[in-house]
Amino acid sequence: MIRFILIQNRAGKTRLAKWYMQFDDDEKQKLIEEVHAVVTVRDAKHTNFVEFRNFKIIYRRYAGLYFCICVDVSDNNLAYLEAIHNFVEVLNEYFHNVCELDLVFNFYKVYTVVDEMFLAGEIRETSQTKVLKQLLMLQSLE
Amino acid sequence: MSDIVERTLTALPGLFLQGQPGGGPAAAKAPFSSRLGGLVRGVTALTSKHEEEKLIQQELSSLKATVSAPTTTLKTMKECMVRLIYCEMLGYDASFGYIHAIKLAQQGNLLEKRVGYLAVSLFLHESHELLLLLVNTVVKDLQSTNLVEVCMALTIVSQIFPREMIPAVLPLIEDKLQHSKEIIRRKAVLALYKFHLIAPNQVQHIHVKFRKALCDRDVGVMAASLHIYLRMIKENSSGYKDLTGSFVTILKQVVGGKLPVDFNYHNVPAPWLQIQLLRILGLLGKDDQRTSELMYDVLDESLRRAELSHNVTYAILFECVHTIYSVYPKSELLEKAAKCIGKFVLSPKINLKYLGLKALTYVVQRDPTLALQHQMTIIECLDHPDPIIKRETLELLYRITNSQNVTVIVQKMLEYLHQSKEEYIIVNLVGKIAELAEKYAPDNAWFIQTMNAVFSVGGDVMHPDISSNFLRLLAEGFDDETEDRQLRVYAVQSYLSLLDVENAFYPQRFLQVMSWVLGEYSYLLDNEKPEEVINRLFKLLMSDSISSETKAWLIAAVTKLTPQAQTSSTVERLIQEFTVSLDTCVRQHTFELKHLHENVEVMKNLLPVNKSCEDLVVDASLSFLDGYVAERLSQGAAPYKPHHQRQEEKLSQEKVLNFEPYGLSFSSSGFTGRQSPAGISLGSDISGNSAETGLKETNSLKLEGVKKLWGKEGYLPKKESKAGEEMEASPAPLENAVSENMDQAGTRRDQAPVLAQSKEEKEKQLLASSLFVGLGSESQINLLGKADNVSHKFRRKSKVKEAKSGEAASARDLTCSSLHSPSHVAHEENDYLTALQDRGSAEAEEFPLGSELLDPESVSELPVVGKLSDCALSAPSLFADSDMEVFHPPSSAAASASAAAPVTAEIALASSFLEETTEDVRSGRVEVCSDETVTMSSYKLWKDDCLLMVWSVATKSGSELKSANLDIFPAENFKTSEQPGCCLPAAEAGSTKTFQYRLQVERPFTEETLSGSVSYQRVDTHAVQLEFSVNLSLLDFIRPLKISTEDFGKLWLSFANDVKQNIKMSEPQAALPSALKTLQEKVRLHVVDVRGNEGLLACRLLPSTPSLLHCRVHADGLALWFRSSCPALPDCLSYQCQKAIEGS
Repeated sequence: MIRFILIQNRAGKTRLAKWYMQFDDDEKQKLIEEVHAVVTVRDAKHTNFVEFRNFKIIYRRYAGLYFCICVDVSDNNLAYLEAIHNFVEVLNEYFHNVCELDLVFNFYKVYTVVDEMFLAGEIRETSQTKVLKQLLMLQSLE
Repeated sequence: MSDIVERTLTALPGLFLQGQPGGGPAAAKAPFSSRLGGLVRGVTALTSKHEEEKLIQQELSSLKATVSAPTTTLKTMKECMVRLIYCEMLGYDASFGYIHAIKLAQQGNLLEKRVGYLAVSLFLHESHELLLLLVNTVVKDLQSTNLVEVCMALTIVSQIFPREMIPAVLPLIEDKLQHSKEIIRRKAVLALYKFHLIAPNQVQHIHVKFRKALCDRDVGVMAASLHIYLRMIKENSSGYKDLTGSFVTILKQVVGGKLPVDFNYHNVPAPWLQIQLLRILGLLGKDDQRTSELMYDVLDESLRRAELSHNVTYAILFECVHTIYSVYPKSELLEKAAKCIGKFVLSPKINLKYLGLKALTYVVQRDPTLALQHQMTIIECLDHPDPIIKRETLELLYRITNSQNVTVIVQKMLEYLHQSKEEYIIVNLVGKIAELAEKYAPDNAWFIQTMNAVFSVGGDVMHPDISSNFLRLLAEGFDDETEDRQLRVYAVQSYLSLLDVENAFYPQRFLQVMSWVLGEYSYLLDNEKPEEVINRLFKLLMSDSISSETKAWLIAAVTKLTPQAQTSSTVERLIQEFTVSLDTCVRQHTFELKHLHENVEVMKNLLPVNKSCEDLVVDASLSFLDGYVAERLSQGAAPYKPHHQRQEEKLSQEKVLNFEPYGLSFSSSGFTGRQSPAGISLGSDISGNSAETGLKETNSLKLEGVKKLWGKEGYLPKKESKAGEEMEASPAPLENAVSENMDQAGTRRDQAPVLAQSKEEKEKQLLASSLFVGLGSESQINLLGKADNVSHKFRRKSKVKEAKSGEAASARDLTCSSLHSPSHVAHEENDYLTALQDRGSAEAEEFPLGSELLDPESVSELPVVGKLSDCALSAPSLFADSDMEVFHPPSSAAASASAAAPVTAEIALASSFLEETTEDVRSGRVEVCSDETVTMSSYKLWKDDCLLMVWSVATKSGSELKSANLDIFPAENFKTSEQPGCCLPAAEAGSTKTFQYRLQVERPFTEETLSGSVSYQRVDTHAVQLEFSVNLSLLDFIRPLKISTEDFGKLWLSFANDVKQNIKMSEPQAALPSALKTLQEKVRLHVVDVRGNEGLLACRLLPSTPSLLHCRVHADGLALWFRSSCPALPDCLSYQCQKAIEGS
C-alpha cells in the first residue's frame, strides 16, 4: 500500500505531496526533508529503492525531479517503479512534453492526475488511454 | 533559487529520457490565473528561505482577508484555494482556509467544487474534526445525476472520510456498485476498500457484493475488487479458498492476453493486475497442497510468458518466484524459480541484483544450496558501494548463520553497524546480532565481546529485551556449572577493564548491565577486592553523564557488594553524598543502604551471594504487623483504607463528580512492573503501603527487582527513562578483540583449495569459504541451523517461551477441534446412530456420550447393534437414550455430500466433536412443539464464541417422513448464521434429526424470542408445518471476560457509555461476596478483582463487545456502575444484574 507520493526537485522543493496515511503537519515537513536527504545522496548507479523507517521508498529521477513513492516493505519494488514511469508517461502525454515548470505552475492538475491513477493508497488505473480520456473530460469542464 | 530555474530550463528537453527535444516555453502553455502565476514565479525567483517565508506570509495574510470577506465570489474563492494549496505544499500553515475549502466543495459549481474537494483532500486528514461538515455534501453529491459530481464524491470518500460517518454513505455507495458506468463502479469498490481498511466490521455484511464486483464484466472493476480480496485473504486465507479457481482463471486470461489492449503496458498485458493476482495466489496456497495444486499450471505459464522484454516483466517474475516459494512446493516449479532467481542475482542491473538478493533471502532457509551457488556474487555485494545492497546481503547472511560461520557474519554486521547512523537500521541490526550471538556463540570471550559491541552501539535505542535477556542468560545459566562460572567471570573482567578506560563513554543501558553484573558476580574474582569494585562504581556515580535511573542501578550494585567488603569508606561517602540527593529514587536506595549498612548481619542475610535466581518468600499479607495493627485499632486508630478508596472518599466529600476512578489509583498496583532487572529494592514490602498491593507481590522477586518511585498518587511504576545521549563509537578494545576472534576463526577453518588467482580474488574465496561453511551438502545437519537447538551454545532456559509455545499449541488444538466440529458428521454414521436411538427419547435426560461408543471395538459393533435395535424397537439398546446429537453446522450440507471417508474416521471425527461439545455449558432440553408425527425439542449450547441453538426433530414411531425442513425467521436483534433450511431427504420412523444454528447478537436486548418453523412431508399425507419459538435472554450471549486489573483500569477509561444503578440491601457489608458470586454464576461475569468493599467485574457480549462493572458497597446497598463501548449494553446488563441479585 502506498503511504505517500512526493515529487521534489534536487533542491528539495516540493512539487507535489500526496499522503495516504495520517500525519500531522510537522511530521509531513519532517518526512519531506528526510526523503530529500535520503534520496538525493544516492548515486545514479545505486538501486532505485531505499529503506525508510518502517517502509521503503521507490524513487526515480527525471531530469531535476525525484518522483518518490513510499510503500510497505512487503510490496513489489519493481511494480511501483514502473507505476512511477507509467505516471510520468501520462503526465508527458497530458502536458505534451512535460517539464518541471509544467508541474510547478499546474500543480493542482497534477494532483488530479494522481487521483485518477492512485486512490486509497493503491494503484487505481494503469491504462494510459483511460486516464487521459478521463482527464480530458475533466479539462473540458474548464 | 534563480539558478534552479535556469537549470530547469536548460534541462527542459531532457526531462524525459524518451521525450523529444523542444517542448517550447512551458510557462506559456500553462493557462493559470495570473495571481497564482505571480505567486509561483515570485517564490521561484527568491534566493533565500527567509525571503520565501516573508513572501508567503504576505500572501497568506492577503488570502486570509479575501477568503473571509463576505463579498468574495466563489470564483475568486476557487483561485484563492489553489494558492492556499500551494502555500500548504511548501509547508506553511493555511488552516484558516480549511473551512472555506469545505464551503467551496459544498456550494460551488462543478469546477469550483472540484477545487474545493481537492483542497479538502490535501488539507484535512481522516480524523480532522472539520471533516464532519463535509459529510452532507458528499451524501448530496453521491445522489447527484451528474457523473462528475458522483466521481468527485467517491474520490474524496476513498481518500478521507470520518470512520464514524461511514453508515451515512454506505448504502449510497453500495448502490453505486450497480451503476452502469464502470468508472463509478470502480471507484465505489475502492471506497469500500477504504472502509474495509479503516472499519472492517462496517462492511462485513457486503462481502457478497465484493464477489459480484470480482465477477464484474469490466476488468477495471474486477481489478479494484482484488485490493479488497488481497487484504481480506491476508487476514484470513481459509475463508476464501473457494475463490482460488476464479483467481486462477482470471490470471490465465490475463497472461494469455485476453484483456483489451488498453490494459497493456509496453506490450505486457496488465502487469499490475498479474502481480496482484500472484500475491493473492501466494497467500491462498500457503501450506495448502490442495489449493496449491490448482495454481501450478498458471504459475508455470506466468514464468514462461514473462519474456524479458521490459522492466515490468521482471516485476511479474519476481512476484511469481515469490509465490512459487510461498505455496506448497512443487519441485519442477522450484527449479524454474531458482533459475529465475539466478537471472536476477547475476543481472548487471543493480535493481535486479538487489531483488535477486531479496528473493534469495526469502528462499534461503528452504534451499540453502541456492545461496551456495551464488556465493561469489554475495561476497561482491557485501562490499557494494550502495548501502542498500550491503544491507540486504547482511540480511541474507543472517538467515544462513550457523555455529560455524557466526563469527564472520557477525563481524560483517558489526562493521556495517558502525557505519550506519539511522536509528531504525541500528535497532534492527543490533537485535539480529544479539540473537545470533546468543544462539551460536563459539566461546565465552566472543560472546561477551560481541554483546559489549551491541550494547555500546545499540545503547539506548535498542530494544530493552536485549539487555534483560542477556542478564537472564547470565543469571539463570546453563546446564554446566563451570561453564556458567567462566562466562560470569569473563563478563566481570571485561566490564572492569572497560570501566578502567579513561574518558570512555558508554550508553546508560550498557552501564546498567555492567552494574548489575558487577554487583552480582564480582565475588567470583579472586584478585579483585569488592572494595575496589565499589570504588569504580562510585567513580561512575559521581560522573555527570549518568542518568538517575542508572544511578539507582549503581547504588543497588554497591548495596549488594557492601556485605562482602570488609570496610569501605567509599560506602560511607556514597551514603553521605546521596542521602541528600534531589532524586527521590536515588535517595530511597541510599537510605536503604544506609540502614542496612548499620546492621551488617541483616544485610548479609538479605543479600546472599549468587542468589539472584532464588525465589524470594515475601509475607505479602504483612502478618508480622498484625499485632501492631490490632494494638493501634484498640487504641482507637482509624482502620486503614487503600489509597484509591481514600481518594474517592475525598472526592465525594468535595462533591466533585469523579469520572476517572481507576485511572490514577489502580496504577498504584502497577508498580510491580517488571521492566528492569535492577538491583533489589528493599522497600517493596517494608514500606509497601498496603496489604493489597503486597498481594501482587507474593512470588519471586527474581531478577526483576522492584523499582519504583514515590509519586503524587502513591507508588508508581518507574518508567524507563530514555536517556537521550548519543552513543559514540565503541572503544577500541572491543574491535580489537572481535577482529582477533575473526582471525582465529579464519585459521581454524580448513582452507579451501585456492587456485592461482589475484590476491583480491583469494581473499574473496577465503571469505566465501568462511561464510558459507556449513551450508554445503557435506554438512546437511547444519542446514537447518536455525531450527537446530543442539547447536545453540546458549540455550536459554526460557520458561516464558516454553509457556508461550505451550499456549500456542493448546490454541492450535482448540482450533483443530473446532475445525473438526463443524462438519463431517456425515450421512453414514447418521444412519447408524439414528438407528440406534431409542425413539421418543428426545425429551429424555442427557448423558454424555459413553466412551465405549468411541472405542474402536464398539465402533465395529455398531452395525450389529444397529440391526438389533431395528428389530427390537422397544428394547433398551446398548446406547440407551438419545444424546447422540448429530450436529449440523452451517457447512454440513456440503460436507456430508462428500462423505466418502471410512466410517471409523468419521466416528473419530464425531468423537472429537462430541467431546468438545460436552465441555461447553448447555441448557436443559426443552420441547418446543410436537404433533402426532414429530416432536421437536431444543437446547442452547453456550459456546465461547457464539450461542448454538440445537434443535432436534424426532419422528415418532410408525411415521415415515419424506423430507423435513427447518426455517428460522429472521430476528431483529441477532443474526443466525446463514444456512439454507436444513433438509432431511427422508427420515425413517423413530429417527432423530438435529439442526444447529449459530446465533450472534446484532445489538443488545433484554429478552427476545427466536421463532421458526419446521415443515415436513409424510409419505402418505400432504405437507405439514409446525411453528415454534424459543425465548432468548441477553445472558445467553454474555461470556466472562478475563482481564487483569490494570487492563480493567485502562478499558474503563476508554469507554464512554455508562449506567449507574443502586440496589437496596438489608445487610450490604455482608452482601458483596454473595452478590459477586451471584453475578459470576448467573450473569457470567468474570470477577477481576475484589478490594475491600469494591468489586470489579468484566464480561463481553458476543462476539467481543466488552463491558465492565464496578460495584461498591455503601451504607444502604450496592452501587453498580457499568461501562461499555456499546451504548445500549450497560442498560441491558444493569437490568439483568439487578434481576439476578434481587432474585437470589
